[in-house]
Amino acid sequence: MTFPKGKLIAIMGLSGCGKTTLLRHIGGALKPAKGYVKMDGQVIHELDQDGLYRMRRKMGMLFQFGALFTDMSVFDNVAFQMREHTDLPEEIIHDLVLMKLHAVGLRSTFNLMPSELSGGMARRVALARAVALDPMLIMYDEPFAGLDPISLTVVGDLIRRLNDALGATSIVVTHDVQESLKIVDYVYFMANGVIVAEGTPDEIRASDEDFVRQFVHGEIDGPVPFHYPGGDYRQDLNLRD
Amino acid sequence: MPATKTIKIVGRRTINAVWRIGMAARFFFLTLLYSGSSFRRFHLIIKELFSTGVMSLIIIIVAGLFVGMVLGLQGYETLKRYGSESALGVMVALGLVRELGPVVAALLFASRAGSAMTAEIGLMKATEQISAMEMMAVNPIARIVAPRFWAGVISMPLLAALFSAVGVFGGYFVGVVQIGVDEGSFWSQMQAAVDFREDILNGVIKSFVFGTAVTVIALFEGYDAPPTAEGVSGATTRTVVTSSLVILMLDFVLTAIMFRGN
Repeated sequence: MTFPKGKLIAIMGLSGCGKTTLLRHIGGALKPAKGYVKMDGQVIHELDQDGLYRMRRKMGMLFQFGALFTDMSVFDNVAFQMREHTDLPEEIIHDLVLMKLHAVGLRSTFNLMPSELSGGMARRVALARAVALDPMLIMYDEPFAGLDPISLTVVGDLIRRLNDALGATSIVVTHDVQESLKIVDYVYFMANGVIVAEGTPDEIRASDEDFVRQFVHGEIDGPVPFHYPGGDYRQDLNLRD
Repeated sequence: MPATKTIKIVGRRTINAVWRIGMAARFFFLTLLYSGSSFRRFHLIIKELFSTGVMSLIIIIVAGLFVGMVLGLQGYETLKRYGSESALGVMVALGLVRELGPVVAALLFASRAGSAMTAEIGLMKATEQISAMEMMAVNPIARIVAPRFWAGVISMPLLAALFSAVGVFGGYFVGVVQIGVDEGSFWSQMQAAVDFREDILNGVIKSFVFGTAVTVIALFEGYDAPPTAEGVSGATTRTVVTSSLVILMLDFVLTAIMFRGN
């Protein structure tokens, strides 16, 4: 897999096929048994802890349900990395945080606590936090999960606009075929830890590969069977011929 | 083969226990290693001191008062048999500063603050807050664990001292105010018999050791908890049970070392 600079790429596949594991490899949370992840000229799993932390400062990640720090306000969540990694004065951090929150449409929520936000709002605040230090790579783990249609469109639109505004590379791990095909540049389909199909959104829509067609159109039966593989049904019911 | 099965189960549990002890020791070492940033940003420790120390004040004061009152009653009943009611102050004070203050305060601390620490960190893990912090290139042991560890270590001796002080007043209330033991002998004998180094300092050392043990157990259990509701609840229970047993075991060891032959 390659993720060129400035592109927004989706990774799709069934639950448990290894999408999130792939993100964890890119982020250096896991060491691969085989192969490698290379970013900005460096192999991630060969970095020591300091090197890995330096690399992670160039990354941003949006977790499935936001993963906002529940003991901090919205403002402090977005300011977190700025305070940890920079020596910026508090006045500048204040302005930067409000600008990031403004970009996701939530400037006025700066003094709320995460528990006071809806699911969609929490996701947008987490997005503002993920791009706080203008990363070169932004990873999204199921950014559309559990969102209402309006929030879903808003989050999808923000992912595209932020990627373009920052000139970053974005990787979106998702199940949401329709929303992601609207915003991404390229799609990889994974099954059992390997790539089974890839292409631009138009190529994916037109694909006649069984797996892709079943996934994109949400068909019940196909290469991914409805029934979990097992023994003979008649035998399980103790029926004789 | 029930015998083989039993051996297998015992073996697996033993290996698991040894593995967890090793992990906890490594966790403790890393906490000490990454403590520097906590001291550079002392406001993080202050914040945790509030939630572990200040929020435990009520339970410590109320429990200390009642334990002191019970000591006053029981002590008076026993000392009266030997005509030594005037030594009630000494008995209450020594009982509290040497034993009950550090031990009961630590047991309460484990139940109140230790369980809260485990649940908080376990839930942070379950909601991916710890993973998010790691992805932001911030070491969670330095940012989350170390400030809580030092807050626990600092607040435990203070809470134990407060427990003992309130307990002495509880004993005074029952012994002097209610029963009528002579006030002068209550305080003067206490002042004469309680040694700063032998009794008070040893009590402080005990509570410091208990504070360290309880906080490390609570933090490790939270950090190591499976990220599920069941995992966090199990870890919280283990914190209280393990901490209580470790406190009592350490108390015996420390008492044997400190007060042997005195």
